[in-house]
Parts: sequence; structure tokens; C-alpha cells
Amino acid sequence: MSENTATASPTGRAAGTGIAPRRASALLGSAAGRNTGLVLALVLLCLAGVVTAGDRFADVSNVLTILRLASVIGVVSVGMTFVVTGGGIDLSVGAIVALSSVWATTLATQAMARDTHWLVMVFAALAVGAGCGLVNGTLVAYGRVVAFIATLAMLAAARGLAEIISNRKTQIVDVPGFTAFWDTSPLGVPMLVLVFAVVALAGWVVLNRTTFGRRTYAVGSNPEAARLAGIDVRRHTVLLYTLLGICCGIAAVMIIARTTTGSATHGGLYELDAIAAVVIGGTLLSGGRGTIAGTVFGVLIFTTLSNVFTLNNLSISAQAVAKGAIIVLAVLLQQRLARRSGG
Amino acid sequence: MNPDDMNPDAVPLLSVHDVVKRFPGVVALGGVNFDVRAGEVHCLLGQNGAGKSTLIKVLAGAHRPDEGELRWQGETVAFNDPQAAISTGIGAIHQELDLVAGLSVAANVFLGHELSTAGFTRRTLARERTRELLDLLGHPDISPDREVGRLSAANQQVVSMARALSRDSRLLIMDEPSAVLDQDEVRTLFRVIRQLTTRGVAVVYISHRLEEIREIGDRVTVLKDGRTVATGLPVADVRTADLIELMTGRTIEYAFGPRTPPAPDAPAVLTVRGLAGAGRFSGVDLTVHAGEVVGLAGLVGSGRSEVLETVYGARKASAGTVEVDGRRLRRGSVGAAVRAGIGLCPEERKSQGLLLDQAVYRNITVSSLSAFARLGFLDEGAERARATELVEALDVRPTGVGRAVRTLSGGNQQKVVLARWLLRDCRVLLLDEPTRGVDVGARSEIYQLVRQLADRGVAVVVVSSDVEEVLGLADRVLVLREGRVVHEGPARELDEHRVLDLVMEGTAA
Repeated sequence: MSENTATASPTGRAAGTGIAPRRASALLGSAAGRNTGLVLALVLLCLAGVVTAGDRFADVSNVLTILRLASVIGVVSVGMTFVVTGGGIDLSVGAIVALSSVWATTLATQAMARDTHWLVMVFAALAVGAGCGLVNGTLVAYGRVVAFIATLAMLAAARGLAEIISNRKTQIVDVPGFTAFWDTSPLGVPMLVLVFAVVALAGWVVLNRTTFGRRTYAVGSNPEAARLAGIDVRRHTVLLYTLLGICCGIAAVMIIARTTTGSATHGGLYELDAIAAVVIGGTLLSGGRGTIAGTVFGVLIFTTLSNVFTLNNLSISAQAVAKGAIIVLAVLLQQRLARRSGG
Repeated sequence: MNPDDMNPDAVPLLSVHDVVKRFPGVVALGGVNFDVRAGEVHCLLGQNGAGKSTLIKVLAGAHRPDEGELRWQGETVAFNDPQAAISTGIGAIHQELDLVAGLSVAANVFLGHELSTAGFTRRTLARERTRELLDLLGHPDISPDREVGRLSAANQQVVSMARALSRDSRLLIMDEPSAVLDQDEVRTLFRVIRQLTTRGVAVVYISHRLEEIREIGDRVTVLKDGRTVATGLPVADVRTADLIELMTGRTIEYAFGPRTPPAPDAPAVLTVRGLAGAGRFSGVDLTVHAGEVVGLAGLVGSGRSEVLETVYGARKASAGTVEVDGRRLRRGSVGAAVRAGIGLCPEERKSQGLLLDQAVYRNITVSSLSAFARLGFLDEGAERARATELVEALDVRPTGVGRAVRTLSGGNQQKVVLARWLLRDCRVLLLDEPTRGVDVGARSEIYQLVRQLADRGVAVVVVSSDVEEVLGLADRVLVLREGRVVHEGPARELDEHRVLDLVMEGTAA
């Protein structure tokens, strides 16, 4: 995978004016080109994996494990990219994932799912996520509460509510259709990874090809100018947080599928992982600049790092230290490269 | 106080000799001479762009003059930074007060030169000293422990003065201090100024309000085109007409071609009735016909920008209606105004008008995105193509629509904002200071463009501090003073003198 992106870069640049079939490689190339530091970091990590763990790392099933682990946090990070690009921040994503997972797996929801269709659980998770996002967005946009505070309050409240509903117990899923569906691997790709790919692709299209995406950049870049240009900044802000809420709902479904449980402890520290992935992906915390490709690379770097450390029997604490170092290094490197390319 | 009481032969506290300050492409100060005596109130007068702000910055050490010299009590001084000016004894009170809202009065007064022993601040001493300074300024009512953010604008002004005095300032520069004050507060301010001058402190006072200058000033210096055209005139003897004469007739070139006024039967496009904005302006009636350019003249703080922003829905009107083509707009909704065909080029181009880090074409299409979208998906090729057409039509340089708008010059940035509304074929164009920070060449291009738009039937409203610009561009002019329209009439019946007279004194002489 790393080889692909590396070789795609020069051809991608040459294909700037290219014809339709070459568009995909151009796209991949420009994404890699703009994220040189991240690609480099990922390549180095993979090399480290191959050197230290050999075949255990460079194994199809291990790569799929990495991707499966990356999927849940990846979906949240894609949503986070929108909010941060639009000039906001959301600390409550982990708590929303927990609440959604609990709500979707209560005895009542599961009973209804068994009677009708397992999609009921999915709808429940998405609705809870969207609802929490809507509350966040409304508080920020219309209540003029600072995003940091509004979502901090949601962080506390949503996880508390999840504990109340679940009575602090892990809720085991017993809906045969649900489990069966998520266990499939179309074309050998696990369903979780497929969902992440679809979400990332959809996120890329929305951010780069739609009016919604363009307005997101405008609102994050200069909210006052965006307002005076006729954009309804407050409504757009609500939509951004709601979109992230829905992403959290999707992530909740994925985590239920992976663990076959719903629990108030799901999604712990997701806010930090998501924000870290978004930031090392080159998205400005002050808004106005952000890329989905960068975020995806960011997520992959963190997950690969954990995998390499785990394969080498290193502790979680050592992983955390390395994570911190990587955040700083990646951001420093990004800044250097951005300055050199004059943008 | 009275200049006759002072010995004119004594060495002046501060004298300014042939000071020149150049910026790339502009000579901001082209030879300024004046002196300030201890204990006097010296007023600086000049139109917008005459060089007042640059001069203040030179005196306060924020700019270094390219030529000429400053003498402090007869000795040549050079300020490398504001700190040097402060330690010499010059304190500046800027228009935007530089106080820290969250700190107490005492902490603000001693900010940057805290009273301390071995690194520990001496809060009780600071409080006492602040108390003394506030008493001296006639404000024992302000508590040194009060949070500055909770004080009124006038009291904040007093704190700012206490701060300047706490550093033993011998000369205070006040830049339009009365702009944010009401009448009672202005009276208090004057009392404080008189107390200061009796103690030998000199005050350089900048204001546009002639009646204030008459009341508080001792001598007046007039700036025009970056030069002193008269200096040290005794305020008591000089006639208003003479002052206005000195300020007018600037040499900046204005290329206004002949203009055919719109047909008298042209339909009204924009109709504003009884518009009011809480505390800022009231009772504004304004009708703009198709093809007409209407100018709004007035000082900063007269409510002219607020009127435009309220018409546009960016501020909520407290009363009144806005109609475009006979259809009433929803109050306080920019979206409704834009959909009805109004466009605004805001006063602060960088902070209100542009997405600085975004590409030129994105800045142009930001208000017309739905025109380039099908089911929400943007046709970026079409966007670039239309933006390129406009960039070529307006002669924006450099021509690449993909570069960040930040990299363009002021004039080209303004053209980008104009292009945004050209793209929408708007019916009403509101221009707030359209040529601020724009070089001479681009300025006349913008004038031509505004004329062309009017000829195509667009209703245009122009706000500008530049009186000649308003008179040259507009068919009809409204003069605002303190939130009210004090004059309305055809531009050709007005001249610069008359407008300045109306703007500054409000008399219908």
C-alpha cells in the first residue's frame, strides 16, 4: 500500500490535466503529495514493523486487523475533520459513541430488533448520535456557548446517561441477523473496513465536491465574511455537529459489531485520538483548512503504531509515549513542508 | 491654559521638524512641522488620509520617521520603539483602548511596570497609587479593584489616562477620545484635561468636531496630504471657514468622468423607510432608483456603516423597513437580502469581506454556490471559468484564480469582492469605503466600474470618509451626523466645504 502511494506521486502530478482514467491516480497522487510527511511516517512505521516482527506484521490477516481497528476511530475522525475545518471542536465524541452503543443495545431495542429487523438497532444508534450532535451544534451556534465548553458538558452528560441506562453493565447483543451481517467480508474485506472506506470516500466527496463542503471551508476560514457573503453560518454549524454526531452513531454500530456488546465504557478517549488524527492530518485547529486524506493517514499511523508495539510485546504506556512523540513530530514536519511549498 | 499666559519663547516640550514617513508606494508624511508647549492643548485637524494616524504613531514610537527629527525639550530624540517614547514622557491614548478587560483598574494602570519587591507585586501600594491618580483625575468614584471590563467607555478612558500619568507622562496624545463618549462624558473628559494642563502636562488632541476644538483647544495645526498647511494657529482667533479652507482642496487625483444622471422616471429599486438601529442611528429614509448612485457622508461614528449593514440585514433594525423592488425584506437576515439582490462590500475588507486563505475563485463564487451546483455537487470547472471571466473583465492581477486571495494587493482584493456581486447580477450594491487601502490606479478603475454598474441599472449606495470621493461618485448625497440625516440633495449642489461644514457642525448654513 505504501509503495502504491509513493509511486503514484510523480505520475499524479504529470496527470494534472489528465483524462478520465488517470483521474484516480492523480487524486491518489495529489493526496500523497500534499501529505508527504504522513506517507513517510507510515512507510517508516511499516518498515519498523517488518524489521521487528517480520512475517507476523506483513501478513494479510494482520493488515486486516490494523484496518479493522482503524475503522471505528476512523469514522469518528472523518466527522471530526468537518467540525474542525468549520472552525469548531467536539470533545464529546467518545461519550456519544458510548451512549449510542448503549441505547442501541438495551433489552427493549434488541427485542424490537428481533421482532422486526436488526436495522432498528442501527437507526437507534444513528438517531441518538444525531440528537447529541444537534444539541452540541445548537448550543454552539444559537446559544453562543464556546464549543469547548458545550461539548465538554456533553461529554460528561452523555457518558453519565449511558451509565444510567445500562446500569453500568455490559449489554450483550443477541440479534442473530445483526451479528451475521457484520461478520461477512465481501471480496475478502471485512464489513467494518468497508464501512470506513465508504464513509471516508463520502466525506471526501462532500468536503471537496459539494456546496456543503465549500461552505464548511468558508465558515471555518472567516465566519464573519461567510455571514456577510450570505451563508447561514449558524445553521451550517448545527449541521456540522449533527454530521459528526451521525458519524459517532455509525462508529457505535461498528463497535457493537466488533465486540457484540454495548457499554458505557465504549469510545474511551476517542476525542483525543480523533482530534490527534485530524491535526496530524494537516487540518488547522483554527479552521478553514483540512483534508480527509490527511485524517485517514493520521488514523492509519496511530493504529499501525499500536499494532507494531503490540507485536513486539511493548506496553500500552510505551505506546502512549510514542503517540505523543508522533503527534509533535508530524505537526512540526507538516509545518516545515507547508512553509516550503508556500502554502 | 491660555496661550497668552505662556511664554512663547520658551523651549517647546516637543517639536517636530520636517518629518517624512514613506510606505511602499505612498508618502504618508511629506514634511510635518509643529511644536507642543508644556501646559497647552494642541489640536490636530485634517481630513481622512491626511496623515494624522501616521503622525501619532511616529510620536508614540511605533513608526520611525525616514527624514526629519523630533526634539524633546530642545534635544534631538529618536524612538526605536513605543517603550522609548513612554520612558521619555509621551503617553498615547489610542482610539481602541488597549486595556485588559479582565484585570482590575489598579492592575491595568501599572500593567507593564508593576510595582514589585523581589518579583512579588505590591498590590496595596499599587491600589493606593491608583487611588491618588484617580482622585487627581477627578474620579474618586472609580474603585481601583473594579474590573475594567465593567466600566463605562468614559471611565475606561480615565483609566487609560491614569495609566499614562502613572508613567509620569508629560505629553498625552488623545486620538478622537470623544468618538465613543456621550455629552456628559465629554464634559468630564474636558475637566480632566484642564486639570492636567494646569499641572503643565501637554495634550495633543485629535478630533473632527470643531465645537470641541473650540472649547478645549489652545492652538491648532492642520494637516493635508501629509504636510502641515498651518501650524500653531490660536484657536480663539481662527475662523471655521478658514480651517475648512485649509483642510480642503487636496491634491490626490480623482478621475471622475462626466456622468449622465439616471432618467428621472427610473423605478425605485431600494426603498428604506424610518430605519433605526438601537442607539446608533434613527429615522433614516433612503430611496435609490435604478441606475442611481447615492452617497452617504459622515464622520466615523455618525452611523453611516451601521446604516449599510442594517439595510443588508447584518445588523438587526430596531425599527423601519427595507424593500427591494417593492418587496419587504425580513429583518436581520443577510440571506434574505442576498436573495433579494443586495450585495455588500464591507468596510473591513480583510476581516469582513474575504476568506483570505482561500483561492480567488472561491471568494468570488462563495455567494452564488447554488448556481454552480446540481443536487449539491459543485461544478468546479464552471466556477473557475466564470471567475476567470470576471478576473479578466475587472483586470485583477495576477490573473490566476487558484491563488490565495491573501497574496493580492488591496485594490485587487477589493475587485475580488466586487466580482462576487457582479457574478450574482445584484440589483443593489452597497459599498462601504470601497477605496480604503487601494492605490490610485485601482481606485479610478473601481470608480469606473461603479459608474458602469449604475449605467446598467444597478442601484448603488456608497459610504466613504473621503468627501471628494462621495461627491465625485454619487448623484445624490445624504449627510449623516450623530445617527441622523442632516442633509439630502443632489451631489452637484454640494462642494467639499459645504459637506465638511455639515459633517462637523451640522448647521444648515
